[in-house]
Amino acid sequence: MSTAPSPALEKKLRVEESQGQPGSGTSKSKASFESWGRYPNYSANVIPLHWQSDFPAVTEGLHNGILPVGMGRSYGDVCLLKDGNLLVTTGMNRLISFDPETGVLTAESGITLAQILDFAVPRGFFLPVSPGTKYVTLGGAIANDIHGKNHEMAASFGNHVPSFELVRSDGSRYICSPTQNPDWFAATVGGMGLTGLITWAQLRLKPIVSRMIDYEGIQFHGIDEFLELKKQYQHIEYTVSWLDCVSTGKNFARGIFMIGDHSKVPDDLKPSPEPKLVFPFEAPGFALNSMSVSAFNTLFFHKQMKPHVKTLQDYEPFFYPLDKVLHWNRMYGKRGLLQFQYALPWETAKEGTIAILREIAKSGLASFLAVLKAFGDIPSLGMMSFPMPGIMFALDFPIKPGISFPLMERLGDMTRDYGGRLYSAKDAAMTPEQFKVFYPNWQDFARYRDPMISSSYWERVTGDQPSL
Amino acid sequence: MATTQNRTVSQRKILVLGATSGIAEATCRIWASQGASLFLVARNAEKLNAVAQDLRARGASFVEAAVADLDDTDRHPALLAHAVNAMGGLDVAYLAHGVLGDQTRAEQDFNSTARILHTNMIAPVSLITWLANFFVERHTGTIAVLSSVAGDRGRKSNYVYGSSKAGLSAFLDGLRNRVDREGVNILTIKPGPTKTAMTASMKGSEKFADVNAVAKAIVTAIDKRMDTLYVPFQWQPIMFVIRHIPERVFKKLNL
Repeated sequence: MSTAPSPALEKKLRVEESQGQPGSGTSKSKASFESWGRYPNYSANVIPLHWQSDFPAVTEGLHNGILPVGMGRSYGDVCLLKDGNLLVTTGMNRLISFDPETGVLTAESGITLAQILDFAVPRGFFLPVSPGTKYVTLGGAIANDIHGKNHEMAASFGNHVPSFELVRSDGSRYICSPTQNPDWFAATVGGMGLTGLITWAQLRLKPIVSRMIDYEGIQFHGIDEFLELKKQYQHIEYTVSWLDCVSTGKNFARGIFMIGDHSKVPDDLKPSPEPKLVFPFEAPGFALNSMSVSAFNTLFFHKQMKPHVKTLQDYEPFFYPLDKVLHWNRMYGKRGLLQFQYALPWETAKEGTIAILREIAKSGLASFLAVLKAFGDIPSLGMMSFPMPGIMFALDFPIKPGISFPLMERLGDMTRDYGGRLYSAKDAAMTPEQFKVFYPNWQDFARYRDPMISSSYWERVTGDQPSL
Repeated sequence: MATTQNRTVSQRKILVLGATSGIAEATCRIWASQGASLFLVARNAEKLNAVAQDLRARGASFVEAAVADLDDTDRHPALLAHAVNAMGGLDVAYLAHGVLGDQTRAEQDFNSTARILHTNMIAPVSLITWLANFFVERHTGTIAVLSSVAGDRGRKSNYVYGSSKAGLSAFLDGLRNRVDREGVNILTIKPGPTKTAMTASMKGSEKFADVNAVAKAIVTAIDKRMDTLYVPFQWQPIMFVIRHIPERVFKKLNL
């Protein structure tokens, strides 16, 4: 005798009915959209975009503001709009053209860098600038003017974007390049999605002959040794350092200086396999205490047993070591994480970095991941771009009520006093006063903001009222 | 043996009807990266053009697109003949067009029901009749059709859509029985909930099947000359249970 199907099955059946249908395009739904730091957590109306023509059509009749977003890999609230409408671009991921002579790829803005790599690597091309994750969209990479390990040679992402189309909520369209509508170009590169929707963009890819990276890892102790290594290896394209911010005393500011160049030896250019590991659950709060972190850091430091290793490494672990574990942010539990990322100018870089590191070590707030690297002199093209020549430093903090935010404010003030700035794409704690010092162009930039578009970040740091 | 059967995967000539649907587009991306020739048909010129551009860039050997309202069955013979001429042959016909329709409205309005039945069953049957005879003459070819698990048993929430798919599935079963011995393969595809533009607004859609995984399964099923594909595969046992619930119990359920 058969039994009745379970409620779960009934539910499953009820949603089954829509299969094999031509896409109708635009619809809306209340759904959760988290930023990577999982803090803050705001509800918003999520509207997927599938076709370039969906915008601004989908905004008709909407109450409250809108914000175009991609993969939600920025950490704080730059990709959030409390009680607003998030236009998710990831369904808009088509290629438009590719010219193997010039390496220029034209694609819809919701394509991810992972999808671009899948297409480009087998054809012998690579991203001109790679962030620490490939799960970001082309539009998001432009909107945050992201940087990578080759900043000293390549500057930031926007420097490799010959042109893109910007569509405003009033339907007006601008083809933007450094020479065509240059003001809109400069406002939109690093403009955090606030100037309009980027519908498509061009990206200048660079030729490679192998997936492999000629990798070297060198242990160092202290900022002086780091600066010495940086000078010694300035001919290498990619450089980044891992830094232990927990240890004090003789291990203070120990780290591993990691460098790499694309291998010049022709090799199989097969596409990457799908990632398999998913961080399966939210870690309980106690899992991440200073003891487990310092053990992790010691382990990491000595994982590289010798002070200097040289090896050939696939580009995946070199550029995207954390992408191997999808949703690693769950390691920080439900409360989420904060990232503190600054750039300091050369004049204060060493002194400031040491002072900030001491402050962090003193706080005892655990952190797995601290990254240190130099920014080069080639200027970024956006009015609100983050990089400046000097030192860049980033690390994650778990959110501990009553402790994390005062520390973040203190560190932000120190960054300000040393003449540096914090990175909007990673921020959830900057004060309006700090923001206005970090980004002195902000009032000029505000004139380019689309009147319908806002973000929780923008409202927080400018004190603007919610739009509409 | 006909020459078309010896064509390698990369030389395959594929006709796609309803090419801007999420599942169809994802399937086409796989074929394009294999270097296939594609003839695409859809209603909306702008969307069709976006899809065609993408497939060209991904490495399709040939892409041509035609805008057509497939409800207009009178146009079918000319359209299909044009597709065959444009590609210089045909190996696979993939039917992915259809409408969900408005069940509540259809319950009150026969004309609305008739339109759903026309789009989802009558129009595909017109296309498939032409295609089947074309392939039978050549003793080769595959017709792959997106039907639905909704056609496996009528339910109150969507029986109009379901019956159109049930009719289509029954037609394909009979046709398969007729043409299999002629070397023609008929694949009935029954997808479960899949993440596409169409389903984006539905509750729980973030848990739906990944459209690229569904597309991959469809490409494999065509290559293996399968008869029926439930995708994701869990839908096969689920629908087995659904089909076997006694009617006196089933009629009381809220499905």
